Amino acid sequence: MTFFGLHFQDIVFYALAAVLLYAALSVITTRNPVYAALYLVLAFFTAAGIWLLLEAEFLAITLVLVYVGAVMVLFLFVVMMLDINLDKLREGFWNALPIALPVGGLMAVEMVMIVGVRNFGYDKVVAPPAHPADYSNTAELGRVLYTDYLLPFELASVVLLVAIVAAIALTLRSRKESKSMDPSKQVLVKKADRLRIMKMDAVVEVAADTSSATTKEAS
Amino acid sequence: MEWLANLFGSYWPAVQLTVWTLIKIVLIVAPLMGAVAYLTLAERKVIGYMQVRIGPNRVGYFGLLQPIADGLKLLFKEIIVPTASNKTLFLLGPVLAIAPAFAAWAVVPFDMNMVLANVDAGLLYILAMTSVAVYGVIIAGWASNSKYAFLGALRSAAQIVSYEIAMGFSLVGVLMCANTLNLGKIVMGQSGGLFHWYFLPLFPLFIVYFISAVAETNRAPFDVAEGESEIVAGFHVEYSGMAFAVFFLAEYANMILVSMLAALMFLGGWLSPVTFIPDSFLWLLAKVGFLLFLFLWFRATFPRYRYDQIMRLGWKVFIPITIVWIVFVGGMMQTPWAYLFH
Repeated sequence: MTFFGLHFQDIVFYALAAVLLYAALSVITTRNPVYAALYLVLAFFTAAGIWLLLEAEFLAITLVLVYVGAVMVLFLFVVMMLDINLDKLREGFWNALPIALPVGGLMAVEMVMIVGVRNFGYDKVVAPPAHPADYSNTAELGRVLYTDYLLPFELASVVLLVAIVAAIALTLRSRKESKSMDPSKQVLVKKADRLRIMKMDAVVEVAADTSSATTKEAS
Repeated sequence: MEWLANLFGSYWPAVQLTVWTLIKIVLIVAPLMGAVAYLTLAERKVIGYMQVRIGPNRVGYFGLLQPIADGLKLLFKEIIVPTASNKTLFLLGPVLAIAPAFAAWAVVPFDMNMVLANVDAGLLYILAMTSVAVYGVIIAGWASNSKYAFLGALRSAAQIVSYEIAMGFSLVGVLMCANTLNLGKIVMGQSGGLFHWYFLPLFPLFIVYFISAVAETNRAPFDVAEGESEIVAGFHVEYSGMAFAVFFLAEYANMILVSMLAALMFLGGWLSPVTFIPDSFLWLLAKVGFLLFLFLWFRATFPRYRYDQIMRLGWKVFIPITIVWIVFVGGMMQTPWAYLFH
């Protein structure tokens, strides 16, 4: 007995795909930007699940590690701190619609033409053969990345490095009024820099009841 | 059994697998919850003795029923949802905090063959799960709609993201030595006694990993996320009853998880330190117990770091140390001394 000839894997795929589509749609339709960011996280998670079905476990885990674990955290970080006026964001909706609608439609048509059944149908793309149990997707990717695609890989990392340096150079400004301590100076502090020991002669305090008399005499 | 097989038809193998996996999950999570409960008691007892107090000793012999009493008390308390909070996310926060702490246990091996999912990218999976743990804190802090909670969440998010980098880099050293991401194979790569464990060739990475682990779990002395003297209790200030307890459980489950990982990757897991005593799960327990004791010891000993000092330590000390040591290990592997690092 099978439901509509679906295998277990197919059911998992359709369940994940349904959640993915719902999450992706919600990213653009929900009003609250924090919700939108969280729906995007959900979309990444389900996409990772679909990649796992394709036996691409390295890519799936990296998607969660990089996008969910780092990129979206920083996104949320910024979005949560902003005080976004939602009404103002939606103000220009009807003015932009006449231009936005054809552009959006054009993009949709283009995507259907490229990704449609004509180019990606069952007859065009054959399912990859199932790999043996000891096949390691991670090791394969690493081998290809460091042999066949070494130059593009190194180029990409240099571009990333330039981007990091540029981002820091553009945003790093030391404010004059900000106070900070230099820990390397702090640990080098010696007793002599902070503490002065003074030699003083002992002073004998005069008894309390005669104090008024002595002050008078002194004055 | 027969009619069940008929009912599910061709799905029967998949259903069987699912049920069997669920049973295994319960077998892992149930002792874990027990360990979490008794870790709280251990913490109070250990810190108590370190401060020349006795600690809890009223409920049960030697205070042994204290965690159960605490759990019951928290269960019966009301969960107060603040009016101005975002209700859905407020309740989602604790769930997202504890789920990754448990999900990561899927790939943790307890012995040669005792592992729920023997995946090849196990180490990556663990890194991914621990990096997801930050969502619980951020969402709880934002949904509470309180400035203390929000400040705590921001501090915690920045701290966790920063220390994750140092943690990830120190694990790169392990995977260079082991040539695999599979946790079971990483442990087996360390077989041959105490001097083959990875903590010796990777000593700086081991230290960086463990300190980063303390920071990742928001434990003292890196507990600025809940710094009581500045922001009352940080991200969980608005939580009460069981909702608070879930955050508490997640923190302790994470402590056990990172100690377990340190034991597996640097201290030889279930391997015995000397070859004439057999390897056993008990060794793993002993190693994890020792590392957990260190967590408690730190809390009783060190004063809390200032926030800028935490950031400086993570970015300007730990990350350079790990990068230098990874390059050093990589260089040494090209020399005749490469055997020292395998």
